[in-house]
Amino acid sequence: MKLTELTIAAARDGLAAGDFTGVELTEAHVVAMEASRPLNAFVTETAEKARDMAVASDARRASGNVGAMEGVPIAIKDLFCTEGVKAAACSHILDGFTPPYESTVTKNLWRAGAVMLGKTNMDEFAMGSSNMSSYDGPVTNPWRADGDDAKRVPGGSSGGSAAAVAAFAAMGATGTDTGGSIRQPGAFTGVVGMKPTYGRCSRWGVIAFASSLDQAGPLTRTVRDASIMLGAMAGHDSKDSTSVDRPVPDFEASLTGDIRGLRVGVPKEYVVDGMPGEIEALWHQGVEWLKDAGAHIVDISLPHTKYALPTYYIIAPAEASSNLARYDGVRYGLRVDGESLQEMYENTRSEGFGAEVKRRLLIGTYVLSAGYYDAYYLKAQKVRSRIAQDFHDSWETVDAVLTPTAPSAAFAQGEKMDDPIAMYLNDVFTVPASLAGLPAISVPSGLSSDGLPLGLQIIGRPFDEETMFRVAGVIEQAAAFTARPQFITGEA
Amino acid sequence: MSLDKETVRKIASLARLKVPDEELETMAGELNNILGWIEQLREVDTEGIAPMTSVTVTVPALRADRVTDGGYVDLVLANAPEEVANSFVVPKVIE
Repeated sequence: MKLTELTIAAARDGLAAGDFTGVELTEAHVVAMEASRPLNAFVTETAEKARDMAVASDARRASGNVGAMEGVPIAIKDLFCTEGVKAAACSHILDGFTPPYESTVTKNLWRAGAVMLGKTNMDEFAMGSSNMSSYDGPVTNPWRADGDDAKRVPGGSSGGSAAAVAAFAAMGATGTDTGGSIRQPGAFTGVVGMKPTYGRCSRWGVIAFASSLDQAGPLTRTVRDASIMLGAMAGHDSKDSTSVDRPVPDFEASLTGDIRGLRVGVPKEYVVDGMPGEIEALWHQGVEWLKDAGAHIVDISLPHTKYALPTYYIIAPAEASSNLARYDGVRYGLRVDGESLQEMYENTRSEGFGAEVKRRLLIGTYVLSAGYYDAYYLKAQKVRSRIAQDFHDSWETVDAVLTPTAPSAAFAQGEKMDDPIAMYLNDVFTVPASLAGLPAISVPSGLSSDGLPLGLQIIGRPFDEETMFRVAGVIEQAAAFTARPQFITGEA
Repeated sequence: MSLDKETVRKIASLARLKVPDEELETMAGELNNILGWIEQLREVDTEGIAPMTSVTVTVPALRADRVTDGGYVDLVLANAPEEVANSFVVPKVIE
């Protein structure tokens, strides 16, 4: 088997057995990364850094010092600050920004032995569900529909990370998820995408979008790999006051395959108009898989589900309008001169931000402005309470919840571009868990009638990623998803 | 609540964004579409419901109020578009 096709777990075993070295594993992935260029998944390649890190990793291994991700080459979303390596959130406004510090999550990964291949493409400031809003251009999904050559989107905002993992150019990748930005691209590219409980991973050094929602998580090709990688990313950080001080469990140990007696909820509200019948059919299939494995299926109601998206589109833009106020042309990134300070701000921000970011900044500024705060922002915060309460109530009768990840398979590049609300609907099934701060994972579970991957989502209790992983492992095994994309690095 | 061109101009100024006159109409239309869709939240009964301001239920940790970081002006200024004498340079703000 080619080194690039190994799982992280298999690479760990192969490295431990001495079947290959970390340097060999990294070299194979550097070649794959370069071969993946037609996808535009990477915006910065750090091949030399990867080689240096691999040499250091082999040296640590030789001295008996082996971390959980020792020697594993991964990709990092461009939203993470990486010391000495450009980080721009795929925005023009951060042109030339080279962080002088390292985000906590990436620092944790390097401490666990991981090797950085490069930075991945994304929607500008993580605002999008298609990767079309990137200043660095769109990412092409490695998957094509049967009999249709149209380039597909990889989903977003972590589109480059998802495409890199799907095309076997990286063993795993970091993503961030504010309303579905890990899970939806995971579903669109046939990989596992996992968002932990809010507070599980430090947000320090991750360029902020909507601070009460943003969480980092892994994109990998298997559930086991996600459990390994999350373990290396997570942990308390005194530099992030919302990171929670509780031990990080051995997530991998939760993959027992035994869900007998576990209660899994199926919420009746997770159906939207125009959703293809095959997605509902796959959801029913997922229910059958869990029943066959001995779980109890419980019909539940999450009555405020339909209000989650409009709530999100008040709260996230409001927080973004505040967070993105820092891009003013003074301290870093782009500056476009003007006659006055005010004009310099306006020139810089108008040239530096793309259309979708501007739209959200205007919405966010409006809903926070005098006279509208109560009607919009405060109202949304109250509805958010009700959405969180729906889940809270359901935990009395269920241990996890099963839903589809997205209401469609990957669409063609350029579709939905003239209708923001149609684009926002991509996240209809992922946003509720984000608002409630719950852990959730998308597992590739089947193909659409035209051969594109579809995902099922498992949502867990707060800080109970273990049960979520256990159910995900059972779905993964039952689905036996072995389909491969048309574009695989080195085979094109 | 419907946004007109004047309101869009005002919000844009608050957000320190320039929206050219010929784009104000289109932008107002787009924002009104989104705000119209958001209006459905009015249906939700939130009487007596506390706003959710944070997902984290634990009490934030406190630490001693002392300097724990800093002392690297060079790094802070390293990405500045313009700097002089350990300072960021901006257009003149006082006459």
